[in-house]
Amino acid sequence: MKVSLTVNGKPMSGEVEGRTLLSTFLRETLSLTGTHIGCDTSQCGACTVHVDGKQVKSCTIFAADVAGAQVTTIEGMANADGTLGRVQQAFQDHHGLQCGFCTPGMVMASAALLAVNPKPTEAEVRHHLEGNICRCTGYHNIVKAVMAASGQDVSMAAE
Amino acid sequence: MPKDFEAKTSGIGAPMKRREDIRFLTGRGVYTDDLKIAGQTYAVFVRSQVAHGRIKAINTEAAAAMPGVLAIFTGEDFKDVGGNPAGWLIKSRNGEPMREPKRPVLAHGKVRHVGDAYAAIVAETYEQGRAAAQQLADDTDIEELPAIIDMKAAAADASNRVHDEIPDNLCYDWGWIEDNRAKVEEVFAKAPHVTTLELVNNRLVPNAMEPRASIGEYFPGTGDYKLTTTSQNPHLTRLLVAAFVLGIPENKLTVVAPDVGGGFGSKIYHYGEEALVLAAAKKLGRPVRWTAERSESFLSDAHGRDHVTKIELACEKDGTFLAFRTETYANVGAYLSNFATVTPTFLHGTLMAGPYKVPHVYVNVKTVFTNTAPVDAYRGAGRPEATFSLERVVDQMCRELGLDPFEVRRKNFITPDMFPYTTPVGLAYDTGNYQATLDKVIEIADVAGFEARRQASAKKGKLRGLGLSTWIEACGIAPSHLVGILGARVGLYDAATVRVNATGNISIMVGAHSHGQGHETVFAQIAAEKLGVPESSIEIVHGDTSKIPFGMGSYGSRSLAVCGVAMTKAIDKIVAKGKKIAAHMLEASEADITFEAGKFQVAGTDKAKTFGEIAFSAYVPHNYPLETLEPGLEETAFYDPANFTYPAGAYLCEAEVDPDTGKVTIEAFHCADDFGNVMNPMIVEGQVHGGVGQGIGQALLESTTYDETGQLLTGSYMDYAMPRASDVPFYNVDYSCQTPCTHNPLGVKGCGEAGAIGSPPAVVNAVIDALHRGGITHVKHIDMPVSPQRVWAAIQG
Repeated sequence: MKVSLTVNGKPMSGEVEGRTLLSTFLRETLSLTGTHIGCDTSQCGACTVHVDGKQVKSCTIFAADVAGAQVTTIEGMANADGTLGRVQQAFQDHHGLQCGFCTPGMVMASAALLAVNPKPTEAEVRHHLEGNICRCTGYHNIVKAVMAASGQDVSMAAE
Repeated sequence: MPKDFEAKTSGIGAPMKRREDIRFLTGRGVYTDDLKIAGQTYAVFVRSQVAHGRIKAINTEAAAAMPGVLAIFTGEDFKDVGGNPAGWLIKSRNGEPMREPKRPVLAHGKVRHVGDAYAAIVAETYEQGRAAAQQLADDTDIEELPAIIDMKAAAADASNRVHDEIPDNLCYDWGWIEDNRAKVEEVFAKAPHVTTLELVNNRLVPNAMEPRASIGEYFPGTGDYKLTTTSQNPHLTRLLVAAFVLGIPENKLTVVAPDVGGGFGSKIYHYGEEALVLAAAKKLGRPVRWTAERSESFLSDAHGRDHVTKIELACEKDGTFLAFRTETYANVGAYLSNFATVTPTFLHGTLMAGPYKVPHVYVNVKTVFTNTAPVDAYRGAGRPEATFSLERVVDQMCRELGLDPFEVRRKNFITPDMFPYTTPVGLAYDTGNYQATLDKVIEIADVAGFEARRQASAKKGKLRGLGLSTWIEACGIAPSHLVGILGARVGLYDAATVRVNATGNISIMVGAHSHGQGHETVFAQIAAEKLGVPESSIEIVHGDTSKIPFGMGSYGSRSLAVCGVAMTKAIDKIVAKGKKIAAHMLEASEADITFEAGKFQVAGTDKAKTFGEIAFSAYVPHNYPLETLEPGLEETAFYDPANFTYPAGAYLCEAEVDPDTGKVTIEAFHCADDFGNVMNPMIVEGQVHGGVGQGIGQALLESTTYDETGQLLTGSYMDYAMPRASDVPFYNVDYSCQTPCTHNPLGVKGCGEAGAIGSPPAVVNAVIDALHRGGITHVKHIDMPVSPQRVWAAIQG
């Protein structure tokens, strides 16, 4: 079947089977390979995207189910002029990524948190990111980056 | 970050932001699975569902007839090619070489662990491959044999064998140093006090977030092969798959490791899947790709740790160490992965003196085959196991004798005036200051305020404890001639090529591989400072054997200490040649040319040429000493270090235990490390954070559990407890105590593994300390992971 939707502000469409996951559709059909697949049990969060503004693990939803929706992926998070968006810039400034594999999911999850909770506490950030696994950073600089992106002083995050 | 580090904005020591972040943050990284190649096909592996079995028949007929199936491979197809070799030959105490069973591309005759691949389907689509793999599994007759899981039982039972030709399931029985055994026994027999602990160093699954993936291509026009794969060391993989396994000439195979999503050791090794996709690509004349599902990763990636150790400490009543003695069983799994035999031996036994001036040490390691996934080096690799044993037994001794764990360590430290210091286990520490890092961690952790914090916890009904670990490791494993004597089958140098282009910008091809470490930024910082040019004019190239010189890749915290030094040596050659060119152009003597801040100058004059002018002249040699000097400006250097480097440090963990539930919370974690000189403090901090995060994972959460039949009970993220953001605190990291390495010109020691080495014993020591301070004094030890269930059970006695 054909599915049409808006991805990163652009209308897109492609042929899918009923069983095709949104993560597969993004990567294989639309070649948006910034969305990563790190597990097969919907635990790791590397495939996190926004569907109509809400944070969704794209491996938990069928492509056919998002027909007509507005989907945002990591490729759509930069500013219009191509510079890094607010959350992306905070991740670079605070070394919130190492190998980069979990990073797209972390950025999408963090942006979704800040959209509903503009000044989260450290505990709220850590709680919100429980569905996103990172093996490189020990989370220190990710949490710091998210708090910095919210405009908060991060000097309490001991260096 | 200390202020003196923040001040610098470029070059060595500056906390420069990473250039690679831009592509990772915008979804433009290119990992192996992101590549699409015209005509690609999909490999799906058929893996054993039993831990141990004899393959009676594989009937491929029905699977082969299924839609989209292009080829089926079984162990029979690879029985005449080579095996995947062990990188080190270890000898047993009796002088016999280790037992080294063949590790085939696909299991042949027997399957030896759950997940052992015995066949592969190649199909037009992944779904078709999966369907045919299921059919083939149904059409395979495997006679199940009793599984050999417990390593001590495996060594005791000669009737049941992982490999039919190895009667006692023993790879080797290693003594280090065997000649010291009798003397150590004598010391123990006379010692005023002996403390004994039996410890489990829990098996871990490395779990890099990017699953392994490989794409094989074959180009019939030239007979060339290409392997794109998730590797930490593409040249090593090329050597193994070409020369040892498939018999492809090395120069007909290119191995590319593009962006790689973490490794932690698990992507050092060559795996059978890499050989399969290459062989299949040739047979089909089409690209063949494979990406592991996470379940496959759990079953087939090389695991880490998995030791059972009895450690004894002989000492005076005042806590002065007299001797350490250990007896360790190390589980190597079903086959020998590439570094599996060196990890429990030379990366473990040689560290068993720690940072202490203990006069006598004897280490015995029995490495055992079992019907489990292969075990190999995982972040720290042998050194975390040594550190855990030492730091736990030291704390236990202090408790038995009523001594202060800080003072006992201080009393036994090798002191700064004693370097270079040769340990009784064969290492020569070049430099260090263990007192300084201990003092520093006491300062930054506010140990003086601990009692008040403990009382505050007590008011909430919680038990608070303080756990110390003073660790040392050996990084940048070398030199080649020594490791050759010890049994290494490879050299351990690294290499870099510095190519100054005609327009003056620079390409640097390095043997090291970055899979999260930020080499593209840090190597450029060092080169920029050495050459006096901006970082933006330097490109770091890695991960492609057709571009880079033969280097050994990245593991063992070796990238800067070995490859970084190779790069500086190549830069030295560039500068030396530049001086010759400048002398000619400036009509001066070469001896009078100085090079500073990117300028070649005649000393004491204002006559000078810029770096760019010299580069241009090298490639457009119109005014150039062609009769004595070749044109061009490109130099390669190989560097084989004179010794290991020896990072060290002191870690303090403050943990709170809920006595009602057994739950442990890390309240604070403090690190005072000595990494020698620091090239980019931001990245060093990040490395420590990540290592400590993994160490806390090992200490509190991660357990790789096989049942008695060899089924992996923790085979997904729903069962295997990866540390999440809410499981860990902010870490307090200090690296201001610096004793630069004395034998490399950068003075660097390596920082990648420290966190994972130093942290597990600090966590466990904190938990035991909390219990004892809370009056629960019957608990001597709790095995990792120190889960709520285990803590609660220990409290109940």
